[in-house]
Amino acid sequence: MSTLHTVNKSAFERNSLDSCLSVVKADASVLLIEDAVVCALKNTSICDSIEKAAESGIKFFALREDLKARGLSEQRILDQITLVDYSGFVDLVTQNDRVQNWL
Amino acid sequence: MSNTKTFVYINRKSPYGSVYALESLEVVLIAAAFEQDVKLVFMDDGVFQLTKNQDPADIGMKNFSKTYAALGDYDVNQIYVDEDSLKARGLTLDDLQPLVYEDEDDDWAEKDSITLVNREQLSDVIESADVLLNF
Amino acid sequence: MKFTIQVCTGPYTHQASDTAYKFTCAALAAGHQIHRVFFYHDGVNNGTSFTVPPQDDRNLQKLWSDLAAEHSLDMVVCVAAAQRRGIMDENEAKKNGISGVNIAPGFQISGLGQLIEAGVQSDRLLVFGD
Repeated sequence: MSTLHTVNKSAFERNSLDSCLSVVKADASVLLIEDAVVCALKNTSICDSIEKAAESGIKFFALREDLKARGLSEQRILDQITLVDYSGFVDLVTQNDRVQNWL
Repeated sequence: MSNTKTFVYINRKSPYGSVYALESLEVVLIAAAFEQDVKLVFMDDGVFQLTKNQDPADIGMKNFSKTYAALGDYDVNQIYVDEDSLKARGLTLDDLQPLVYEDEDDDWAEKDSITLVNREQLSDVIESADVLLNF
Repeated sequence: MKFTIQVCTGPYTHQASDTAYKFTCAALAAGHQIHRVFFYHDGVNNGTSFTVPPQDDRNLQKLWSDLAAEHSLDMVVCVAAAQRRGIMDENEAKKNGISGVNIAPGFQISGLGQLIEAGVQSDRLLVFGD
């Protein structure tokens, strides 16, 4: 019984990703959308928190269309993050038992 | 098999700076008519929604904080407050309204609706949800 | 699966309405059902027919109206939120002595109970907001 967490705000603007990561279970998936895709970049001050969460089993995703919109190349994102498109977003929702949308 | 679902309402914003605290409460009150299992979570700045002595008259807004005290009458009595959020904001449970309900299964004894939770317990509350509403 | 989509922000100011729209389209394309699209908070502003966005930009209200027409979507604008923000259908305008109707095609004004009912009836409920 797993949860898909979506986060839509940048971790540099708001604490939503932080709050999300403080309550995710090891079998959860976290999808970064909208401004939160900036959290997917390598070499940021928050990489550690994502890497640590990924080590405990949490699966990370980011919306490709939002990354592209912001001029951020796929090569610049963390290895722990898988890119999905909107149809992949839909699949993540159906594959998990509930959705928690962090705003 | 019943069609009852567990609805968890997650409140993370301060009252008055935005409409979310008020409009979240309005959903909770309407939802009471649907006899579902309702849990409220207050975390991050959402803990400020429950403070005592709110007085928004001088900012020109209506004081809706009294409505929280009525939640018990609407069978909304599973209210979870994140202790980390309180601590980070220099608050304790004493700063919050003492929300209570009358337990019909225990001779209408008055009981606390608020449970202080840590992040692990909060995680379990989220996992217990069928429907998660975020404000 | 049956989805309910909650849209909490108005058009343009935040990306939420766009993301909700794109998600809804993708869900429909994948063969899923949309039980309801519920517009709450400033999301009710997606339902105004008085919008005139620039010609070279998307028209969010029209996108939602057209999607509703194409797929017979149930798009509900919360009455309490609509009253606060000035979205009126004929019924509400008459009841409240307002001399204008501005609700866009495909949007219906109804109560908050529709959100809860949608949560009960759907397999998944998603919230797009600020």
